[in-house]
Amino acid sequence: MEKENLKQIEQRILMGNEAIARGLIESGVTLAASYPGTPASEILQAVAAFAKEEAIPLHAEWSVNEKVAFETALANSYTGRRAAVSMKQVGLNVASDPFLRSAYLGVKGGLVVISADDPGPHSSQTEQDSRFFAMFAKVPVFDPSSPREAKEMVDRAFELSEKYEIPVMIRPTTRVCHARQNIPLLTPERLAQGAHFEKNPGRWCATPQYLKELHRGLNQKIEEIAGEEDFYPILTPGDDSFPGACIIASGVALAHTWDLLEEMRLLRRLDLYQVTLPYPLHRAFINNIKGRYQRVLVLEETYPVIELQLAVDQVQGRGTKMVPGAGELTPEVIRPVIEKFLDLPPAPAVISLGGEATRPTLCAGCGHRAAFYAIRETFPEGIFPSDIGCYTLGMNLGAVDTCHCMGAGISQAAGFYRAYAATGEKVPPIVATIGDSTFFHAGVPALINAVFHGARIMVVILDNATTAMTGHQPTPETGPTARGETAHPVLLADLVRACGAGLLKEADPYDLPGFMDLLQEAGEYCRGDNGGVAVVIAKHPCILEREARKHQPVLEMCVTEDCTGCRHCLDDFECPALYLDEATDQVVIDGARCIGCGVCVHVCPAGAIEAKAKDQS
Amino acid sequence: MKQQIIISGLGGQGALTITRVLAEAAAALGLEVLTSETHGMAQRGGTVISMIKVGPFRGPLIPAGRADVGLFLHAKNLGVHRFYLRGDAGVFVNAGVPGNYQGVDAGSLARQLGAPVAANLILLGYAAGKGGLFCEADLLEQVIREKTPARFREINLKALRAGVDAAAA
Repeated sequence: MEKENLKQIEQRILMGNEAIARGLIESGVTLAASYPGTPASEILQAVAAFAKEEAIPLHAEWSVNEKVAFETALANSYTGRRAAVSMKQVGLNVASDPFLRSAYLGVKGGLVVISADDPGPHSSQTEQDSRFFAMFAKVPVFDPSSPREAKEMVDRAFELSEKYEIPVMIRPTTRVCHARQNIPLLTPERLAQGAHFEKNPGRWCATPQYLKELHRGLNQKIEEIAGEEDFYPILTPGDDSFPGACIIASGVALAHTWDLLEEMRLLRRLDLYQVTLPYPLHRAFINNIKGRYQRVLVLEETYPVIELQLAVDQVQGRGTKMVPGAGELTPEVIRPVIEKFLDLPPAPAVISLGGEATRPTLCAGCGHRAAFYAIRETFPEGIFPSDIGCYTLGMNLGAVDTCHCMGAGISQAAGFYRAYAATGEKVPPIVATIGDSTFFHAGVPALINAVFHGARIMVVILDNATTAMTGHQPTPETGPTARGETAHPVLLADLVRACGAGLLKEADPYDLPGFMDLLQEAGEYCRGDNGGVAVVIAKHPCILEREARKHQPVLEMCVTEDCTGCRHCLDDFECPALYLDEATDQVVIDGARCIGCGVCVHVCPAGAIEAKAKDQS
Repeated sequence: MKQQIIISGLGGQGALTITRVLAEAAAALGLEVLTSETHGMAQRGGTVISMIKVGPFRGPLIPAGRADVGLFLHAKNLGVHRFYLRGDAGVFVNAGVPGNYQGVDAGSLARQLGAPVAANLILLGYAAGKGGLFCEADLLEQVIREKTPARFREINLKALRAGVDAAAA
């Protein structure tokens, strides 16, 4: 039956994030807002692409940060129109303020919040569980186990959101976001969605006197949703081979468990439940589990959301240390847990050969490398707070000492300054680095604060004219918008001036000597009589951008016999296009990786790296 | 039909491209397919792995010791990711030196074609030519022709063909 349907409907291989985007389009979303972050970045790009393909005139935007994205989508929903906001899990921290209150005040048009988690983590600063956040906010949350399921959940989430006038979260994880699967496409709904904002100050501006009632109403909604038949966990019944035992799983942990049970020939030999809505967990389900089973294994990522709501003694999971309390639940982690739970002999462990993985590095020719090298060479005694982006890889060059959360580098620099200044000792040079997109996201308030309080720090804005790490989304300075339209550019230099920085310089770090002179000047300003915050904008476009590469000179690089094998260029400049020839103990240039930027000429203390114009013939 | 494939390489070597080609090929055969990829920071030249599961699976990850085929874009990664393979798996490696695998010097062949980044498709063609994949090279060729952006199409087809030829040599 299902097979026949699939034949008639167009199927496409979609990444989980694209599947979610397709779900949004098919459900008639009218506005989608996001700030890029792995593993959620591709959702908004795909919304814009599908909207174009289907000629749907929705508004899709890369907002300046997640809080702004959330509030923009929220007001769209207030007018009765469907809206969506997507972000990575730590983006929800940024949006937590509007998110928590939106549960109390509710919504009108469906509001779907996609918060993508990163168990592992693979590319994040925490492995927090957005489902836990949803439970904290009293917001229902779906937990898809595959791209196909994620797409199907979008429509269910909109319906639930509108039925109860409550925001609804979908929480995919990296393994869903970045999986690809063949997925049937449906025709997008074209709902008549006019904008009608009904004024209701008691609700939309709810002052404390209204909030107790709104909170009571929210509790009532959650109570009712916990009784919705649609969200009773899906049972794949067993044959009583393991009497009194069952497994409850959600998200991709369910998918891994399914494949493992099949491989172990245990599928359909004990009851297996898939929870699709982990919060609020179905009330009758909780009672059923209590009454029917003596032993229950819960597998979920990454915090015990289902486990805590079950709150029964027979549950084995994170509370009983049956399931590891940190890290991703990969098949290798889940298998021994199942074996232990069912009292089966452990399968022989597969031994890794212990080969060393290659660490990521800034690309050959990356402007950030030149800037970091200049900073560390100019201020060998410096303290270097930094931020979130490709440039966190400046760690490899010893030019990134802290990386905390979006925008933290500038505030931390100010904090370091206070600590040293208070002791009356010599204050070391403090240089914060922050990317252009990150500066727009959360750097501006930190800069205002540092200026106002007279912190004597340097801030280097690493301006590569894009949001590189997450796939080259446009910034407010460069544009265009997510839908490819011309925007009103907001210039970094204007912003910095408006924040009141006492010194502002802009330069291309490719000119290493010139850039190092600028840094000296910035350092002198900081230390001077009326010193304060000095800002240097290091401008060099990301060399992964095809257009930018076209405008860049390409030099022919070579290392001469003068190379002493001192390793300065390898250890302190760390360009992946340079390597040591063990036989000669001299540095060699890897022609396949070198893009001919020529920056390393200024790095070699022996002057052994030479550049000449490339032979055009 | 069930086949589990890993593709191991360094960020920028094109593991994602061949992952997509294989997924499209599976779909063209009317098979269910699930893949898993590395995104984010590791893509900047770090070790990356993709997984492709063809057939009725639900999870996107291949457990250690269960992959039927391994494509290694960098020989150094054998030490990092070989543990995903079964003992009797097909192991295809971009390598100029012989070893306990089926090797093809895809890097050199790609440079000869004037497209050093196309080593990924040479390795793919090689594995298909050796009969190691769930599908034939012809189907991969068709997928590349239909799904590759125009500016890479010809060179990608050439690279795939070079890999298939190397397998026959």
